[in-house]
Amino acid sequence: MAQNILTLNDFNFDEQLVASDVPVLVDFWAEWCGPCKIIAPILEEIAEQNSGKLAIAKLNVDDAMNTARRFEVMSIPTLILFKDGQPVTRIVGAKPKGQLIADLEVHL
Amino acid sequence: MSENVKVAIIGSGPAGLTAAIYTARADLNPIVIEGEPSSTTDQPGGQLMLTTEIENYPGFVEGIMGPELMSSFRSQAQRFGASYDTAKVLRVDLSERPFKLWTTNQSGEEPKYLADSVIISTGARSLLLNLERETELIGHGISTCATCDGFFFRDHEIAVVGGGDSALEEAAFLTKFAKSVTIIHRRHELRASRIMQDRAFANPKISFIWDSTVTELHGDTSLTGITITNRETDKMTELAVTGLFVAIGHSPNTDIFKGQIEMDEVGYIITHDGTATNVPGVFACGDVQDHIYRQAITAAGSGCMAAIDIEKWLKQAEN
Repeated sequence: MAQNILTLNDFNFDEQLVASDVPVLVDFWAEWCGPCKIIAPILEEIAEQNSGKLAIAKLNVDDAMNTARRFEVMSIPTLILFKDGQPVTRIVGAKPKGQLIADLEVHL
Repeated sequence: MSENVKVAIIGSGPAGLTAAIYTARADLNPIVIEGEPSSTTDQPGGQLMLTTEIENYPGFVEGIMGPELMSSFRSQAQRFGASYDTAKVLRVDLSERPFKLWTTNQSGEEPKYLADSVIISTGARSLLLNLERETELIGHGISTCATCDGFFFRDHEIAVVGGGDSALEEAAFLTKFAKSVTIIHRRHELRASRIMQDRAFANPKISFIWDSTVTELHGDTSLTGITITNRETDKMTELAVTGLFVAIGHSPNTDIFKGQIEMDEVGYIITHDGTATNVPGVFACGDVQDHIYRQAITAAGSGCMAAIDIEKWLKQAEN
């Protein structure tokens, strides 16, 4: 995994989000989810291309069920963009790279 | 600039990737236009990407995970020289050779590919119920992917619509998480295979509502319940469920070929003499031309046939 991708769990979630100077895109995923695996490399590319502008974080819902529940995630992959610790947009389901970038750019 | 290719394979499920393995080994350098990421069956790897354990694919004694199987297919074809384009084909012109293909990731007006021959292996997608608010509730209680979403229904009461193998497989999978799973089926008996039926009837978490369809969805921001109508008596009942999984059958992904390739009345491509379509040089394999067997192994088998058919056809066309 790329170095510029954070790994979040129930314990460090709030702390990490508050500590970030840039918006954080959190990828709610799991090992057993096929579409999650498809978008993982796309997110790494987006992370690389937007370094300094956007942080990307992964949250494994198996390990962090409370956080998933707190944000009412009912389907994965779900991507939630946080600005100043607050969720600003949510993308449910795997999407092509172009569409992900377009959906995110509005908020960056 | 358009790229010239000998073989363009549209779709990357078991049929398309098997065709890729065989055509690559025949030195035909196939390009596989594999589709785009999505959370429906319409994605690289196809319908198996949304399954968990495949128990009936020969060679895997203990079973194998669907996405893992497809990833192996893909690497195997790549090893022999197949290349991939992660895009969807938007439009085709099959009226003259070379065939023209336009994709979602191209720039300009010119077709991205000019192909001497084409293999159509775009598969089929799951049908939805066509109820009001259905699409807005997807991801909020309504799901087309039990394996992606089942986890979030721990201790919930949920329902599955359908009576075939996929419906029973989803129901059985969902009992790992849910408190109860109600299967709603519009007939009085199931279409599913004997082994799946026996398992479902033996599962204490699964119950059945027969002769009924879902006619209404309730809930503001997420699903809270459904209305079920009995087809015999027209009696309506409400069922409080927070999850609804839809597995009512499939529809072939053939919209972009309409008017250019011969199809049956519901859109499946008609093949003859193996995998040939009515257009010489265009072949079809997998679920896009098969509404009967619809198995990973039959799709793979027909992908192999298409590759052999296309190799023979290209040789003849050259002479």
